[in-house]
Amino acid sequence: MMPASLVPSEFLVEVDQDKCRRCKRCVLNCGFGAFTFTDRSVPDSSKCVACHRCVMFCPESAITIKENPLTFRQHAMWDVDKRKAIWKQAEHSGMILTGMGNDLPYLSVFDHILIDACQVTNPSIDPLREPMELRTYLGRKPDRIEVEPDGKGGFKADNVVTNNIELDLPIMFSGMSYGSVSLNVHKSLAMAAKKLGTVMNTGEGGLHKELYDYADSIIVQCASGRFGVHSEYLNKGVAVEIKIGQGAKPGIGGHLPGEKIGREVSSTRMIPVGTDALSPAPHHDIYSIEDLRQLIYALKEATGYKPISVKIATVHNVAAIASGIARAGADIIYLDGFRGGTGASPQIVRDHVGIPMEIALAVVDQQLRKEGIRNWVSIIAAGGIRSSADVAKAIALGADAVGIGTAALMALGCRLCQKCYTGNCSWGIATQRPELTGRLDPEWGAERLVNLVESWKLELKEVLGALGVNSIESLRGNRERLRTLGLDSTTSEIIDVRPAGS
Amino acid sequence: MAKTIKQSSNGTVLEAKGVYYRQLNEQIRERIGQGEKDITLDGVNGQRYIGGGLTDGAVITINGVPGNDLGAFMNGPTIIVNDNAQDGVANTMNAGKIIVKGHAGDVVGYAMRGGKVFVSGDVGYRVGIHMKSFKEQVPVIVAGGHAGDFFGEYMAGGILVLIGLGNSDKPVAGDYLGTGMHGGVIFVRGKIDEDQLGKEVRVFQTTDEEKATLSTLLEEFGSDTGADMSAVKVEDFVALKPFSHRPYGNLYVY
Repeated sequence: MMPASLVPSEFLVEVDQDKCRRCKRCVLNCGFGAFTFTDRSVPDSSKCVACHRCVMFCPESAITIKENPLTFRQHAMWDVDKRKAIWKQAEHSGMILTGMGNDLPYLSVFDHILIDACQVTNPSIDPLREPMELRTYLGRKPDRIEVEPDGKGGFKADNVVTNNIELDLPIMFSGMSYGSVSLNVHKSLAMAAKKLGTVMNTGEGGLHKELYDYADSIIVQCASGRFGVHSEYLNKGVAVEIKIGQGAKPGIGGHLPGEKIGREVSSTRMIPVGTDALSPAPHHDIYSIEDLRQLIYALKEATGYKPISVKIATVHNVAAIASGIARAGADIIYLDGFRGGTGASPQIVRDHVGIPMEIALAVVDQQLRKEGIRNWVSIIAAGGIRSSADVAKAIALGADAVGIGTAALMALGCRLCQKCYTGNCSWGIATQRPELTGRLDPEWGAERLVNLVESWKLELKEVLGALGVNSIESLRGNRERLRTLGLDSTTSEIIDVRPAGS
Repeated sequence: MAKTIKQSSNGTVLEAKGVYYRQLNEQIRERIGQGEKDITLDGVNGQRYIGGGLTDGAVITINGVPGNDLGAFMNGPTIIVNDNAQDGVANTMNAGKIIVKGHAGDVVGYAMRGGKVFVSGDVGYRVGIHMKSFKEQVPVIVAGGHAGDFFGEYMAGGILVLIGLGNSDKPVAGDYLGTGMHGGVIFVRGKIDEDQLGKEVRVFQTTDEEKATLSTLLEEFGSDTGADMSAVKVEDFVALKPFSHRPYGNLYVY
């Protein structure tokens, strides 16, 4: 008889039976059912996804997870992942599904960019003792500033920022839907956003009523499936985001699997329990820039003219598309790069479609400047922000702010096992199973998110100080303060950053 | 600014001719905010978003042809259009009623979540797509005439009715009928060829319960639109329903 599967396990789980105290915590903690208990804990390596939940909760540190050392005959063209994909699809016909962001070793532009600092000719600033301004306004800025005497010998300008969203720092939480992630993730994000003076984004699954109190820290999303979209929801956010595309899966819709549609998700999304939630690939009321304008203004009319953000995946013609979006009346353009995460995407799309956010960001900023409409929109860069260094570089490349999704989930415990689509997340993040979602305490989660973002804030201030500027505004689009190292000259030219030494 | 022609205990009449949509809609919102329950708009000619996002229970009567996204995100009012309507009627509407006493364009009731849309005549492409329902919130679209392609695409809930009055030479619906459908029901009067159907739906005989629902809806439709319903019998309708709530469940390998 043939074995059930010809795909070898990815990992090997070992339990040190001398150390094991038979407490069964591993059995209880594994969302994937990789442990059973007879007279001792017995791991089934084929089910392990290396999410480390068992390892972290084993009181005796008795569990080890290793990559399966099984040796494959070397072949430079047929790497092991490609072989495994073939075996999987030969076993069960279908598209290979995956989660989180593109994990292939494409070039990282961020890792080939270095930041400047002041030496001798102009002084750096010590952010510990001097004020450092990170405040960020998102939305349309006026074409001209009207200055008039204030009657007290000075001047005033009233129309500098009107109808903008004010953030205390240029970092926000990216859209992740209730359904793909648990309600406790949404709560953690909302609480942290409020405390940090920034915003979280609902993603396309609607907003649970328990989060209505955090309305001032929430951007609500209107995606092609229009899940949970009604006038009350639209008016709960500080802004509405039209999601056209997502970096992890440009050009395709979404299928939230029926396993994740329990009673609560069902009521927020308005679809029957256990049904697949289908998000069409396009918005069927948007087939053109003119149609986009129509939806932008329909939303403005329905919300008393709140700022409207348009989220797109970064694709080849992103600069021209962004120009169209700005001209369609959007206040914010959200660029989601090809490293952006997802709860579920066909692997072929996640790994092979789209372009890096760094390049898209730079060309969009340039194009809008060239057309003289850069002030019409704010640009948010997301889909690959891993550290405060990435934040600083993104801002110097032209971003007004950045969005973090994967990094935020990692603060909540995510280990990047990429199995979000199974709904079995042992950390209670990408699941709706009540016994798992209860593991994430929103207070604990919010505190960790605040810790992470506050750390980045300190680091950003340190970088600004080294650059000799005291405001994030002075770094925005300031490519003169960046240099490339080891980046090919064509890409350096495209992003308009000079090589180090020049 | 829209000129008020008349304001009486019977409601307000606004002249919309030549008024930009933004001013017109502002004035409608202002009147409703003041407690007006009955507004008539004369001379409407393509102004967009009328009724957009409104939440109160007012009645808005439109003389002329309203522009796209009539009643988008609307949550309560009743809109009566004494003429044709354009694209995007009842876009993501949550509650209320829209009665169009003529034809309506494409994507009527996209992602509609509740309320009713009655169109006397024909409707365009992609009508009733991605409608959803939950508990007592069941959106309904009834079209008196014919429909274009992709009627009820991705439908997740609610009720679509296609009566097929008028030009009998035309097929009552276009192609890809109910494609991607995974909830709700489409009632069609007239002949449907197998090759018009999306691969996720099948034709069923209506149940007694469905006949009762349909009968109530047809009666309401007739009285609201004034359509001649004398030849329309509940028995002539078939029900199109999905045979899977998870049409794409087998699309993936993990």
